Amino acid sequence: MTQLPSTEFHPRWYRAPVSTYWWIGSWRYLLFILRELTSVAVAWSVVMTLLLLRALLNGPEAYARFTHRMQSPVLIAFNIIAFCFLLLHTITWFNLAPRAMPVRMNGKRVPEFLVAAPNYVLWVIASAAIAWFVLRPS
Amino acid sequence: MSKPSNEGFFWLLFSAGGVVAAIFIPVHLFLFGLAFPLGWLPQPSYEHLLALAQSPLARVYLFVLCSIPLFHWAHRFRFTLYDGLQVKHLNEVIFVFCYGGALLGTLLSGYLMLRM
Repeated sequence: MTQLPSTEFHPRWYRAPVSTYWWIGSWRYLLFILRELTSVAVAWSVVMTLLLLRALLNGPEAYARFTHRMQSPVLIAFNIIAFCFLLLHTITWFNLAPRAMPVRMNGKRVPEFLVAAPNYVLWVIASAAIAWFVLRPS
Repeated sequence: MSKPSNEGFFWLLFSAGGVVAAIFIPVHLFLFGLAFPLGWLPQPSYEHLLALAQSPLARVYLFVLCSIPLFHWAHRFRFTLYDGLQVKHLNEVIFVFCYGGALLGTLLSGYLMLRM
């Protein structure tokens, strides 16, 4: 952010100091910060997938170690929280689409849930397809 | 006149990563982070997963899955630190940490997918 210049003839702009914890007082602000923090769950999921891929490359023993580590209660508790955050990301992201890109038909605005709905359909299909590839007997 | 910024480029990576993360990431964490470790579903065998990951389409998919969402994280986490904690004096450090991390993950993902 660029600071507006202050000169002899133009004093510094006054900015009311804001508490570091400005987002705790209100539900709306808290939800905003929680939504931003979903990105941490996204990054963790990528790290987990990279660890899985590395284990696959390193052989069956490494894969067994990976699956064993994933069973630790701490990681499972962490993953439950992370999964809730991932759902928050998916829902807020899909519901944002109709706001970012309002669709009109015959001059009338298409209701928001109708614009968001295809995203959810795509999500279910993609998830089912990936689960099928992973789970099908080889 | 303000000089042209790179924000647009980073924002594009952010939103592309957001889409990939919204559609594809939950099922991965659900399967490998919860369903298999808790025994809700049978753990797939090593051979099956390796064969799956070695198919060309899966390699491209896994590379995309393990790269763009990291830039989504970098963008969001950067601004969470800026706004949430108001640590503006650390801008450069945060920038290098976030995008450096995303770049590192992308390189690692590319390396793994080439060797797979």
